[in-house]
Amino acid sequence: MDERITQDARHFIDSVSRFVKDECMPVEDSIEETGRLPEALVRTMRDMGLFGLRIPSEYGGAGMNLLDYCYVLKELSKSHDAIRAIMSVNNGIGSMAIVNEGTEEQKRHYLPLLASGEYIASFALTEPGAGSDASALTTMAERTEKGWVLNGMKHFITNAPIADIFTVIALTDKEKRAKGGISAFLVDKGSRGLRIGNVHSTMGGKGWLQAEVIFEDCLVPDAGLLGMPGSGFRIAMKTLNEGRLSAAASAIGIGERLLSMGVEYAKLRKQFGKPIAEFEAIQWMLADSATELYAADRMLADTASRFDHGEDIRTHSSMTKLFATEAAFRVADRVLQLHGGMGFMKETKIERLFRDIRAYRIFEGTSEIQRFMIARELLKD
Amino acid sequence: MKILVTIKRVSDPEAKLKIRPDGTGIQTEGVKFVVNPFDEIAVEEALRIKEKHTGEVVVVSIGDKVVTEQIRAALAMGVDRGIFVNYTGSYDSYDVAGILAKVVEQEQPDIIILGKQAVDDDMGQAGFMLAEMLGYPQAAFASKVEISDDKKTAKVTREIDGGLETKEVGLPCIITADLRLNTPRYASLPNIMKAKQKPVKEVTVDALGAVVKPHVTIKKLTEPPKRKGGVKVESVQDLVGKLKNEAKVL
Ligand SMILES: Cc1cc2nc3c(=O)[nH]c(=O)nc-3n(C[C@H](O)[C@H](O)[C@H](O)COP(=O)(O)OP(=O)(O)OC[C@H]3O[C@@H](n4cnc5c(N)ncnc54)[C@H](O)[C@@H]3O)c2cc1C
Ligand SMILES: Cc1cc2nc3c(=O)[nH]c(=O)nc-3n(C[C@H](O)[C@H](O)[C@H](O)COP(=O)(O)OP(=O)(O)OC[C@H]3O[C@@H](n4cnc5c(N)ncnc54)[C@H](O)[C@@H]3O)c2cc1C
Repeated sequence: MDERITQDARHFIDSVSRFVKDECMPVEDSIEETGRLPEALVRTMRDMGLFGLRIPSEYGGAGMNLLDYCYVLKELSKSHDAIRAIMSVNNGIGSMAIVNEGTEEQKRHYLPLLASGEYIASFALTEPGAGSDASALTTMAERTEKGWVLNGMKHFITNAPIADIFTVIALTDKEKRAKGGISAFLVDKGSRGLRIGNVHSTMGGKGWLQAEVIFEDCLVPDAGLLGMPGSGFRIAMKTLNEGRLSAAASAIGIGERLLSMGVEYAKLRKQFGKPIAEFEAIQWMLADSATELYAADRMLADTASRFDHGEDIRTHSSMTKLFATEAAFRVADRVLQLHGGMGFMKETKIERLFRDIRAYRIFEGTSEIQRFMIARELLKD
Repeated sequence: MKILVTIKRVSDPEAKLKIRPDGTGIQTEGVKFVVNPFDEIAVEEALRIKEKHTGEVVVVSIGDKVVTEQIRAALAMGVDRGIFVNYTGSYDSYDVAGILAKVVEQEQPDIIILGKQAVDDDMGQAGFMLAEMLGYPQAAFASKVEISDDKKTAKVTREIDGGLETKEVGLPCIITADLRLNTPRYASLPNIMKAKQKPVKEVTVDALGAVVKPHVTIKKLTEPPKRKGGVKVESVQDLVGKLKNEAKVL
């Protein structure tokens, strides 16, 4: 384990690793079948403090640094993706904007609830017309005497059907747009004019939901504005910087699990009178996978640690997210391949991990957008 | 009430162990060490008793400095404080019981819970010997523990060969924890952080007034003999024949 990871975190990672093996793995098939996380499992996660790892201790969290957090997340991702998803939004994109920009009142109100897992968070940026180009969003927030009135629609929003609090990014000035015309808001579940639309039916990611979020003259009091008016785009981008690293961490965790399944199977499965691990074709698949995961892991540790030392990690987090998620997908494909027909069968779980890992190349910025941002930084004058 | 729990540092039961070439022990390089799983169950039970009846849970571990890692692990589960008996020489179960008896004399706990055995050497003797030395009642292999409301007795269900036996013992008493007593909790991050502030007292065997004089010494460790490959039998008759004539078990 990386020597920069604190002793406390190592201890906790051991605890998480046992939790994954003893409690999560036995229920992962049933999560996949029912699309639900067992209540007892979520309760244990709350008792372990998993929902508030990144939230500062004065607000009921554990105040973990990003490096330690990423390695907890990596471990927790080795079971079903829904287990990772339910806690990672509270620790990441669903709370970071409040931690970074919230007023004392907003922090006191929301952060303890998010840290304990009593509240589930959601982050609503993407719209049908504004995906990769988030600045093209059209959800409007208009200033009135009573507060802000929101109109518009978001989609693909994780946790929306179960969320208690939404961080919503909306347009406050049509002319200025990303240059000071976008603002961030905190919208409570049950606010008048807030509605959850269709729940998307997805390729993978069973047990964690994406849905449409619809605003119809939804009134948000002045106290619901997050940060300064016009700072919403910057807030969203900063939130995603960190989010990218957690996506990378989870992808590496899934990749490592797949690789160990691949190694085990290659030693066990015999064809042509010997274990397939003795064929060079299989060896190269395993060797390439191990090498890529090692590289991704080192990028993750380096970038997270830079962040913890106050460096601007924009480009590094893009590179890490890009490489880790693409590598993990290649690992999934190879491990599925070396399982032959068994890899295609649900019983080995590999087809599920293959479907789940696929989403990582899309959310928190597609691979193309990461490359676009890396290149933009390289080419700027 | 005060509950004393003993914990031993053991190699991870899932680790693949190798014997050192000179046969004096196992190779410890790269092996992960954990709290003996039965002791972890003992800690959990103590915490549950404390949560129900209030009081204090203290853990004690014997060994060199590294065992404080396991003491910290117990503190992170919610134990109040630790006692680290610094001893680096060799010892046997009788010595362990002797050291623990001295700790009990100092601490005067109402209940002492041990794991039923340590998974490294599987001796399973310390609990019995400790009870004998102290003259305390004991209930070994517990699968259920209930403390009376007046905190004077414990009703303990034990796993015995034929089934279950329930007995009542007066406090103070010795209990050893079996596998099905409970499922230990996971250390939460806040508790791991709090554990650092909790006191761990270091004592020596001499200061306790214990005498270590092993009756048992390990001469040599060897790998179990390699199993010969099996054979496939053609029929049930074949199998019965082999069990009768070759294995001689029928
Ligand atoms: C499982 C899942 C969970 C999600 N959760 C959330 C959430 O909680 N909150 C939220 O706000 N959003 C969420 N999203 C949305 C996600 O962030 C977007 O899907 C993502 O940003 C891509 O946007 P898009 O889907 O509109 O694709 P588009 O932007 O339409 O992209 C289509 C294709 O064009 C490519 N492309 C676009 N622009 C360029 C360019 N300039 N150069 C090269 N290629 C380009 C893209 O890479 C992609 O391949 C989630 C998505 C998924 C799949
Ligand atoms: C959807 C589907 C439909 C199918 N339908 C039928 C059907 O109708 N009838 C039928 O009879 N079968 C069917 N099959 C079985 C299919 O033909 C086998 O799955 C396939 O031949 C591979 O065999 P295997 O699954 O046993 O994998 P294995 O042979 O165990 O292969 C495991 C891995 O080892 C590799 N490998 C094996 N030997 C070597 C070597 N010498 N050198 C390098 N690499 C090696 C393989 O490429 C693979 O990556 C079907 C399979 C699927 C997935």
